Amino acid sequence: MLKQIEGSRAVAEAVALCRPEVICAYPITPQTHIVENLGQLVKTGELTDCEFINVESEFAALSVAIGASATGARAYTATASQGLLFMAEAVYNASGLGLPIVMTIGNRAIGAPINIWNDQQDSMSMRDAGWIQLYAETNQEAVDLHIQAVRLAEELSVPVMVCVDGFILTHAYERVDLPSQEQVDAFVPAYEPRQILDPAEPVTIGAMVGPEAFTEVRYLAHYRQMQALWLIPELAEEFEQHFGRAAGGTPEPYHTEAAETLVVALGSVNGTIKDVVDQLIGEGLAIGCVSITSFRPFPARKLRETIGHARRVVVIEKSLAVGIGGIVSTDVRMALAGAGIPVFTVVAGLGGRAITQASLHSTLMKAHHDALQRLTFLDLRHDVIHREIERLETQRRSGPVAENILRELGSVADHIG
Amino acid sequence: MFQVRIHGRGGQGVVSAAEMLSIAGFLEDRHTQAFPSFGSERMGAPVMAFCRFDDKEIRLREPVMAPDALIIQDTTLLHQVNLFEGVCDAGYVLINSTRTPSELGLDDFFASRPGIRVLTVPASQLALEHVGRPLPNAALLGGFAALTGIIRFDSVAAAIAEKFSGRIASSNVAAARAAYEIAVTATQGASAAC
Repeated sequence: MLKQIEGSRAVAEAVALCRPEVICAYPITPQTHIVENLGQLVKTGELTDCEFINVESEFAALSVAIGASATGARAYTATASQGLLFMAEAVYNASGLGLPIVMTIGNRAIGAPINIWNDQQDSMSMRDAGWIQLYAETNQEAVDLHIQAVRLAEELSVPVMVCVDGFILTHAYERVDLPSQEQVDAFVPAYEPRQILDPAEPVTIGAMVGPEAFTEVRYLAHYRQMQALWLIPELAEEFEQHFGRAAGGTPEPYHTEAAETLVVALGSVNGTIKDVVDQLIGEGLAIGCVSITSFRPFPARKLRETIGHARRVVVIEKSLAVGIGGIVSTDVRMALAGAGIPVFTVVAGLGGRAITQASLHSTLMKAHHDALQRLTFLDLRHDVIHREIERLETQRRSGPVAENILRELGSVADHIG
Repeated sequence: MFQVRIHGRGGQGVVSAAEMLSIAGFLEDRHTQAFPSFGSERMGAPVMAFCRFDDKEIRLREPVMAPDALIIQDTTLLHQVNLFEGVCDAGYVLINSTRTPSELGLDDFFASRPGIRVLTVPASQLALEHVGRPLPNAALLGGFAALTGIIRFDSVAAAIAEKFSGRIASSNVAAARAAYEIAVTATQGASAAC
């Protein structure tokens, strides 16, 4: 059914259609509306046979989900930013134990300095935690990926994060086609656990493992993610048959075939990138783009097939590996190893800085003319950093950096772009 | 594409206004996208929200930089935020005020931008009369429908009724209708985009 609703509401309805049995809820901006809406769906009786548990922290949220999942329940939670960091130990445990929990991340920056706005540093910090990570470009895709995530998680016994850009998607009203309960029931069968805590047949889950077997357990976690690389396109195909629209975790190409410059990105920024690609093609440039939906497992081979003919690749990423540069671009470079294709990193959208068509246009134009630096910070205010660097060089007690800059710029978040 | 930017303060229903506008467009079978831009999350802080209309899927996620229409919910922002930034030459400006643009000291600006159609409606006052609280958002949408002609009043009323229920819905629809009628009298609705 076509609806004009908030992204968070759409995600909540999609999750409810998957019949979760335990939902652990702890609020944090910009994810809060998702669990609030799920709480409402449980309270009104639209979602039945589901325990909605208000917990005392994010650490508890995922720990309760782990316990629930180990008893054979379909478990769900959602978080963002510092919330994800606070549950970090449990994040590794959920995947290490092979528990197919689905968790939404309403992507948000990580402090300090504290910042409620969107970037993808939070989920990137957990990229090696053993969870599958899917990034949604639109709210329709967020809905479709959640439905596929439950299948993917349970078939492989691997937890899945569905990453949805905070505010940009979670708080956006746009049209979303929500499937019927019958459609989702036909696609998502009842959960059949590989392992279960049952007093009638007692087992241990979570044994201590020494050097004799730790590598093997870790290898099998990697093996399951490699299985996901073929299961993801299979599920996408099956999804299209069931629901009549294409959606899934494979890299999504846009005007890639004849492109000399290819842009790679994750999440909602791909929409703006596509508009800019259209403009640049109109101006005669051979340019295209690829949206990476599944970042873990990383679709290295598929990506190489899609972008391996380019003369240059530009990765637009909403996160920063301090001390080296790009996170996504490091993996893109690995996928292109030996191909001799330069990969440029453009760090953009940190802490909610708007990624505008105008800035993307000029940056991609520069890239096309081989005038872009290997690492660029989109719309970096050079005057601001130069003044702060001067303070650092001339005064020993130069004070806190964030506060120095704020004092210069005025109030928080009062600019339009 | 037709782009709207709404300025107001936290607690004035700025975000809801953009959401209702997007629902109204959806009810006319158009593609619409509404989203907020928060400053600090607190009552009284400047807040912006955006709404885009198009006949095809809207992929763009940047804030509305060059609005075809501006809705200003709170005139105390006029000298605090650069409200008119990027507004199109043939755009619309709708201001919540009992005063005229001239009385608000905006003569110089509008004289320099003669293509812009500007209108003030006493939306807070209308909301006080009809709803009992000075929340100007729904009333302004009625004025917006009349000023721009981009959306029908019936769609705005249906969107308000979808967002709210019971007396809150009906009283907000009444406030919107009153603003719509004031705006129709004051101007001839015409659709345009830049």
